[in-house]
Amino acid sequence: MSHHIVEARNLEFAYPDGTAALRGASFRIEHGESVGLVGANGAGKSTLLLHLNGCLLPAGGEVRIGDVPVTRATLAQVRRSVGFVFQDPNDQLFMPTVGEDVAFGPANMQLPGEEVERRVRESLTAVGAEHLRARPPYRLSGGEKRAAAIAGVLAMSPDVLVMDEPSSGLDPRSRRRLIGLLAGFRHTKIVAAHDLDMIRELCPRTIVLHEGRVAADGPTAGMLGDRELLERCGL
Amino acid sequence: MHMSDALVSPGVGGAMWAASAGLAAWSARRLREEMTDARVQLMGVLGAFVFAAQMVNFAIPGTGSSGHLAGGLLLAILLGPHAAFLAMFSILTVQALFFADGGLLALGCNAFNLGFWPCFVVYPLVFRRMVGDKPGRGRLTFAAVLAGAIGLQLGAFGVVLQTLFSGISELPFGTFALLMQPIHLAIGIVEGLVTAALLAFVWKARPELVLPSATGPVARPTSMRPVLVAFAALALVTGGLFSWFASTRPDGLEWSSAGTCGREEPAVLQDRWHRLCAGIQEWTAFLPGYDFKSSTTDGEPVAAAAAGTPEAAREPEESGAPHPAVSSGTSLSGVVGGAIVLALIAMVGLGLRLRGRAEQAGG
Amino acid sequence: MPRIDAALREIGALDALAAQDTPVHRLDPRVKLLATAGFVLAVASSPLREFAELAPLALFPVAMLAAGRVPFRLVGRSLLLASPFAVMVGVFNPLFDREVVAHWGPLAVTGGWLSFLSILARFALTAGAALTLLATTGYVGVGSGLGRLGAPRALVTQFLLLYRYIFVLADEGARAVRAHALRSASGRPATVRVWGSLAGHLLLRAHDRGLRVHAAMLSRGFDGSMPALRPLRWGRADSVFLAACLAFFALARFGHLAENLGRLAVGGAP
Repeated sequence: MSHHIVEARNLEFAYPDGTAALRGASFRIEHGESVGLVGANGAGKSTLLLHLNGCLLPAGGEVRIGDVPVTRATLAQVRRSVGFVFQDPNDQLFMPTVGEDVAFGPANMQLPGEEVERRVRESLTAVGAEHLRARPPYRLSGGEKRAAAIAGVLAMSPDVLVMDEPSSGLDPRSRRRLIGLLAGFRHTKIVAAHDLDMIRELCPRTIVLHEGRVAADGPTAGMLGDRELLERCGL
Repeated sequence: MHMSDALVSPGVGGAMWAASAGLAAWSARRLREEMTDARVQLMGVLGAFVFAAQMVNFAIPGTGSSGHLAGGLLLAILLGPHAAFLAMFSILTVQALFFADGGLLALGCNAFNLGFWPCFVVYPLVFRRMVGDKPGRGRLTFAAVLAGAIGLQLGAFGVVLQTLFSGISELPFGTFALLMQPIHLAIGIVEGLVTAALLAFVWKARPELVLPSATGPVARPTSMRPVLVAFAALALVTGGLFSWFASTRPDGLEWSSAGTCGREEPAVLQDRWHRLCAGIQEWTAFLPGYDFKSSTTDGEPVAAAAAGTPEAAREPEESGAPHPAVSSGTSLSGVVGGAIVLALIAMVGLGLRLRGRAEQAGG
Repeated sequence: MPRIDAALREIGALDALAAQDTPVHRLDPRVKLLATAGFVLAVASSPLREFAELAPLALFPVAMLAAGRVPFRLVGRSLLLASPFAVMVGVFNPLFDREVVAHWGPLAVTGGWLSFLSILARFALTAGAALTLLATTGYVGVGSGLGRLGAPRALVTQFLLLYRYIFVLADEGARAVRAHALRSASGRPATVRVWGSLAGHLLLRAHDRGLRVHAAMLSRGFDGSMPALRPLRWGRADSVFLAACLAFFALARFGHLAENLGRLAVGGAP
């Protein structure tokens, strides 16, 4: 199964105002791995993640999902296999009700109605949010919003889950539930977070990003014990 | 300064709806190739921003009162005229639906007054020209204030004209204009100042949002003036025609149906109706003995008066001068009838409500 | 500042009402849109001085509200809050039109007063109809109905997004205002300059949010059109309802119902 490999080669990217966010980041993630992505504010985590499903296209280097390079022409294909959970669920829950929001992705894939319905039901069940189906997003708590946003991504049945700060803004109990939920997924997972404890629980492997480059890449246990490395990278 | 449904005639409202809907359709066409850009999302979110910002009051200098932002100019600066017009249309719809501000028939008028002028006229012809490519803060402020003031003057004048052509308010043109224009000059200047304060902040932080051409690719030249002129002319002409037609005739719709049927109301039908009434009246009248003679003759429908039936020609003795064809609103029977109808409706409402409750409790 | 909170509560309340399940709510949104349009036209086109003839038309909003289980109080309050402009302009009519056109018993009535009353009645009816439409159809229903009636795609998409993000941004706005109020001693609204930076922050955040929403939509396959998620069904009941409404509006508009009924009651000769 070479299909779910996520590979970045010498990624470079600068924002229009001239800030260089990525300066040659490279890594390779195999099928079924859970990888934590850590780094100080401004290290380039979010920018890197946005490259993984083509929301940003690199100025130099390339991203491959399986055998497919991420380019303008392959966007639809890439976005079907890479599910992206954004940091603020409000950005992701743009439809009037939770049910309609979860259905948004499958409906865009031109699936038949029964199939859309089946996926909505299954993904809401998977995150334990069946009862939220008819609710508008503004009537949800932080944890419920997060669950709904994840359901929306699951409904597209992606191979790879990319998550940006999934535990931010959650109270301790919601956070525990989320970690339990994510641990149960068999997808390839890439989790960017400041929440090192969550990374420790979820991800055997961690990539440390510093000033747009990969500063360290290896087993989580050793790395999060390396005080000097963490200090140097602002963690 | 939302135009209200209560003051707008169907002719004016319809003409302005046609103009605004045409502009919206045209704007949406222009945006079609940008649907996968961030433009539509920005329209939605920035429209919501205007909404949120409108609810944040600020103190108007030198007065005790507070004002808020109308937003058309700001949206045009941030989104370009087409997207801004659509966003204003949505904002006004929300206000009409949720807050009964304006109204559904007047929505066309409001979109024109508060959307068309700032987005398609003031922004390209005043603001962009004055600001140039390398504005300083003073220039930005001046341009925003001038544009805000001109935009609201045009909008307020639109309200005056629409009210005048609708013929529902009796305010003479001059008086109404004298009331509206100075007030809206003040409001417009404040709007400009507020927009300027906002722009100044954004200009410092993210100049490319204020002037996309300053950093990014040059904005496409817009060839919209011919379309605009056509729309404006269309709106004015149809509005004018409709209202003339509506105001010179006692009632435009009845007149037009008279034109097609040859008569105001089928007379046979009316005769039968009246005979039936006369029969029933004997035992339904619950205010017998009260002399309503003058007021009931007074109260013949317009149709009868216009058709020259003898009943209508009989004038009540106490008001010597002949007065215009008078109808239900002026007659006692009309007023009593209206009151009865309202009472009936209230009962219907109550009945439906109770039934609904019973169903709810039962099921 | 209570204004934001109040407005949000208002929106939320109407929205909750729209989520009910009654025969009125089950009607196709397009039918309700068209019926409301017909209603507004009937009200706006009725002759100014025949204000009593507006009374029968009140049946439409009243029946819809009652059958749709929408509290009249809520609509009444919204109407009061929105009335100033119509009242302000209308109140000049009695000053300019002093011609006596009728006598109600001992009372001499001028054309100006009649048209003023008529303006008030028109306002209550049309604005009431708009609120009724919303409370029985819901914002999203209105949006999808408009879309199916041919409104441009860009307009409908942004119409829906606007509504969704009003809640998010108004919440941010309320927080900013609270933070300002806590640090300003006077408790008065912000000066223009302070407002500029307060709203400016909000604006920048809103702009970034717009870009993120865009990215989130693209990530889930957005190709420029919102998928039609609520299938609308125009059934026979819908056609019957619309036909009945339009027929009633025509009858009320041209039938002089109040006049004729009143004559029955007071016993005048036809």
